[in-house]
Amino acid sequence: MTTITRKPEAGRLPAHARPTRGKRRSWVTIALFVLPALVLFLLLVVAPILVAVYASGFKWNGFGGLPTDFIGFDNFTRLFASDIFLTDMWHLLVLVLLCLVIQLPLALGIAMLLNQRIRGRAIYRLVFFAPYVLSEVITGVLFSLILSPTSGLANGILGLVGLESEFLANQDTALMSLFIVMTWKYFGFHMMIYLAGRQNIPNELLEAARIDGATGWEVFRHVTLPLLGPTIRISVFLSVIYTVQLFDLVWILTEGGPAHSTETLAVTMFDLGFGRSQVGYASAISVVMFALSLVFALGYQRFVMRRDMEGATTAMGDTR
Amino acid sequence: MKRTTLPLHAIAWIVGAFILIPIVYALIGGFKDTSQLSTNPFGLPSPWQTGNYTEVLAAGSFWRQMWNSTFIAVLTTVVTVSLSAMAAFVFARFAFRGRELLFTLFTAGLMFPFAVAILPIFVMLRTLGLIDNAWGVILVQSAFGLPLTIIILRGFFRSIPGEIEEAATLDGCSSFAFFWRILLPMARPAMATVSVLAIVGSWNNFMLPLVVFSDESSWTLPLGIQQFQGQYSSDTSRILAYLVLAMVPALGFYAVAERHLIGGLTAGATKG
Repeated sequence: MTTITRKPEAGRLPAHARPTRGKRRSWVTIALFVLPALVLFLLLVVAPILVAVYASGFKWNGFGGLPTDFIGFDNFTRLFASDIFLTDMWHLLVLVLLCLVIQLPLALGIAMLLNQRIRGRAIYRLVFFAPYVLSEVITGVLFSLILSPTSGLANGILGLVGLESEFLANQDTALMSLFIVMTWKYFGFHMMIYLAGRQNIPNELLEAARIDGATGWEVFRHVTLPLLGPTIRISVFLSVIYTVQLFDLVWILTEGGPAHSTETLAVTMFDLGFGRSQVGYASAISVVMFALSLVFALGYQRFVMRRDMEGATTAMGDTR
Repeated sequence: MKRTTLPLHAIAWIVGAFILIPIVYALIGGFKDTSQLSTNPFGLPSPWQTGNYTEVLAAGSFWRQMWNSTFIAVLTTVVTVSLSAMAAFVFARFAFRGRELLFTLFTAGLMFPFAVAILPIFVMLRTLGLIDNAWGVILVQSAFGLPLTIIILRGFFRSIPGEIEEAATLDGCSSFAFFWRILLPMARPAMATVSVLAIVGSWNNFMLPLVVFSDESSWTLPLGIQQFQGQYSSDTSRILAYLVLAMVPALGFYAVAERHLIGGLTAGATKG
């Protein structure tokens, strides 16, 4: 991710420490300017993650200074054998796939639509993005009322055509209902990213394709879509990283229920760590989330986004 | 190329309905009482009840949560943006050994899920006595806000031509004076963008306040909403009124700062 920003501008390195001044002086300035951020970051971001890794090797209730009861990899062997953990991983996979197959294509389609000259597109854009601004708590509480099986609005509407559902109250439909809420809140965000990416594609390219006789679909498939590649890959990346740590929405809507049917890694971790004071065991889940994000991020950058870092995104990196 | 845009409008309308119906339902539902809501879920309220809204507005807890959320959001923004601006200045305009390594360390922070750190952070805050203290939330939020803010600001600082700095130096301007008097004023649009991102992030944060605040008097709006739902679980229309009132600041802020918010998010996404 770093390199994306660095590469395009690597050519013009900024003015470095002024030659007229002593070297020592500039080191003092550098330290004074970087240290506050660095200290805060090391103390509250890096250290806690290291502590989580450390604590995952212990049986620990979170009290009494650092943990002492070292049990090696026992937390992990216990975790990997636990049904809840396997269910969490399954939910992660399902939600990521649903995002890739439904949410992101929907966002892309709407972005292409709003890129046309249709009347009122500014208003559409404003409305579609609005849910992103509302907190997950507002979204969650609102939808827990709307999706209520007995008195909710959704069944009020679906009942007219005989399609009532128990939504979040039934373990067969709960995960799908959660996904619908996620889509309500997040597709506008992805739509905005695609719109920004689309606007960086020079119209001459599309016109040239059209003059060569390409149909609308062919232009999209062979010109627009490949040029949107970097944008799409980033939006996929953000979706996955978000889903790995999905917590707020689930906690508000279902707390992981019914019967663990919407539980996620973060919910299990929260429940074990704060609900049952099994901080060591819960830390093992944190470490798994961390490892998943790290492996995914590095692998994704190495194999999927590599092309994007070789100058293809220059235009994008310089937006704004 | 005279195509009708009717099908496009139809799709946009359907998606728009999917987005708007829940919000409108909440707005109108807040004007009904709960029995009206179950007998007449779609229609307009008859009669219009303003009681739900006025009772929430008359209760001190709503305003206190609003104040707590504002206080925390403002201070988080000040801390995040000022520390990030200083660091980004150095990353953008000084050449020194280890700069890229240090910058990469910060950017790597983007990949760390916040949930991973929550347990140790809680234990740490408890040890430091920062439970039920707004600073516990402010400092942690700021720390996690640094990576994105630094990335965006560094990009902007780099785009300011080196000649300006040279001219300032020749005129006897120190590094600090250049940063304070010239760079920051020039970077106002970027500063606005990152501030908006920090405010929205803080305003909507739930997990951290959930573990840090146990005392009702320090709750932020999201905690208040969650608790309110638990307390009045059978009184749907009252919860809807609370939701709508809680949406007002967020949507109002969105209306005012839309450009910065979207600019920041797309820049963050394409840069991050």
